[in-house]
Parts: sequence; C-alpha cells; structure tokens
Amino acid sequence: MSLISEERIHRADQLSGFAGVEDYWALLKPRVMSLVIFTALVGLVRAPGEIHPVLGFVALLCIAVGAGASGALNMWWDADIDARMDRTRTRPIPSGRIAPREAMVFGLLLSGASVLMLGLLVGMLAGALLAFTIFFYAVIYSMWLKRATPQNIVIGGAAGALPPVIGWASVTGNVTLEPLLLFALILVWTPPHFWALAILKKRDYERAGIPMLPNVAGDDETRKQILLYSLVLAPVGVAPFALGMTGWLYGAISIALGAFFLLFAWQVYRKREGEAAERACKHLFAYSILYLFLLFAVLLGEGMAR
Amino acid sequence: MTNEKGVVLTEAQKKSRRRRSLAIGLVLAFLVILFYVVTIVKLGPGVMKKSELPAIAVVA
Repeated sequence: MSLISEERIHRADQLSGFAGVEDYWALLKPRVMSLVIFTALVGLVRAPGEIHPVLGFVALLCIAVGAGASGALNMWWDADIDARMDRTRTRPIPSGRIAPREAMVFGLLLSGASVLMLGLLVGMLAGALLAFTIFFYAVIYSMWLKRATPQNIVIGGAAGALPPVIGWASVTGNVTLEPLLLFALILVWTPPHFWALAILKKRDYERAGIPMLPNVAGDDETRKQILLYSLVLAPVGVAPFALGMTGWLYGAISIALGAFFLLFAWQVYRKREGEAAERACKHLFAYSILYLFLLFAVLLGEGMAR
Repeated sequence: MTNEKGVVLTEAQKKSRRRRSLAIGLVLAFLVILFYVVTIVKLGPGVMKKSELPAIAVVA
C-alpha cells in the first residue's frame, strides 16, 4: 500500500467513518428526549377535545425528534466545551466519532423534518411552537446565553418547558392557562435542579469557561438562589390544583412533594462545607427529577381517568 | 495507480456503513407506512371506497 492510500485511510478515519447508529442516537440526547416525550404526553392527554391516536403518536414523535435535533445542534455548537468537561468528553463529536459538520447537518435535517411533519400533519400552531423551541434551545440558549450570562439556564429553561404546551396545542390548536402553568412549573423547576448540579461540577464548568452561577457569584449566592426559586416552585406546583384544574390527589401530592423540595433546598442552603454539603446537593438534584416526574405522572393519571 | 482507489475503508468502517445504511432504510420504510396510515386517518375510511364514484356518475 502506498503512502497516499495510507494517508487517505487516515483521512477517512478522521472523517469519522466509524460512527455507528448508536453515535447518532447519542447526538439526540435520548435521556432528555424521554423527559420531553413524557411532559409532552401530559400536555396532550390533559388537553380538552380529542386527537386520533395515530396523530397523537405523530405529534409525540415529532416533538421527540425536534428535541433530539436541538440536542444534536447543541452538541455541534458546544463540541469545544464538551471536550473540556469530564461529564461530556465522551460524546460523539469530542471523541472524534462524528465530524462536527455531520452533526450540524443531521440536526438541521431532523429539525426541518420534525417541524414540517408536525405543522402539516397535526397543526400549524404546534409546528410553529416546535420550531420556536428548537430555535430557542439551539440559538438563544446554546449559541448566546450559555457562554454569556450566569442566568443562562434561567432563560434557557424555557426551551425545556415548552413540550407540554406543544402537546396541548397539538390537540386544541390553541394555548390556554393550564399548559402555561405546566410551562411555568418546568421553567421555575429548572434553576434549582441545574444549580444543585452546577455546585457539584463547578470545576468542570470553570475549565470549560461557562459562567454558571456558582462560578460567577459563588456557592453561597447559588445556595440562596436555589432556596428562593424553591420557594417560588412549591406554590407554582400546587397552582393547577388551586385554580381548580386538577383533583384532590394532585393537590395533596403536590403539597407534600413541594414541602420535601423545600426541605432538600433548605439542606443545600444550610450545609455549606465538606461531604455534607456535597451530599445535600446530590440529594436535591436527584429529588428534583423525582419531583417533576411524580407531579407529571399524577397529572397524566388524572388526565387519563377523565 | 494507487490514488485511483479513492478513500479505502477499513472493515470496521464498512461494517459501520452497512449498519448506518440499514438504519436509514428502516427509518424510510417506517415513514412510508406512517404517511400511508396518516393519509387514511386524515381523509377518513371513505378514501378506500372508490367503487361508489362511477355508480353516482351513471345515475347523474
């Protein structure tokens, strides 16, 4: 074999010819996608009116693919950051399995396809909302806010909060107070959830040069902000019941879950040194996922029982 | 000439390419079925009853 061929083989390696299906799947951030599907399903089920099960499936599929596409675009844009963080350096682009340009084209293609399919097959408002969500996550959050301000996830959380609204709009073709409350719930939940992780991964974010709140304002200020947001979150979680949109089961569970959320946030605020502080952040991070999952699970259950 | 061979893929790369091609094929087949089913759902079961149209034309 000549030197030229060897060089070309090497170039083919660099063009990531080894990328498997699972690498493209990883670009879609499947774990985030599963949460998106779940919250969108809740919006879909709770919306008044009917949608044919096949169209309901198409709506969920498009929302999931749209979320995955924005994840791929985020990984394309943030490949330099991902390469510097322990948590993300094994992702397909920084590890060299997929070329950045491939990820960008993959993300754009899926974005266009999911928005078109949702708009044409299910509803124009739902399609427009999905397009806005992808734009907000990929451009406003990833390209602008993430590297510019410690409020990045506060504003960027809007992208993660929109799926239940899209699910709702897929059925009704409009947006009312209830889906907006679900939006508010995820929006207010996002900062304490992410900041608990940001305190734990502070060095990682510092190495990557991302201005997360603990890196910019310090751990103490972050703990205070976590507590303040939790104080807002607990009543927002109960609001669907208080406004008569849910049954007593949701009311009771949301009050209990909100009280526990405040308790975990208080532990983060109070324990500031050593292993106890680290443990408190880990507990709040893990509990925050359970909190959102259980609230939406009850909403789903009540919606299906109607 | 060796440079006429173009990019020479290794066995592992060929295997990855086969799996990617298979995945794309499955996705396309899934989309064909999905669009067919959605068409029936959106237009309703009446779309299948083509035989009634000429009868109406004859009566008219």
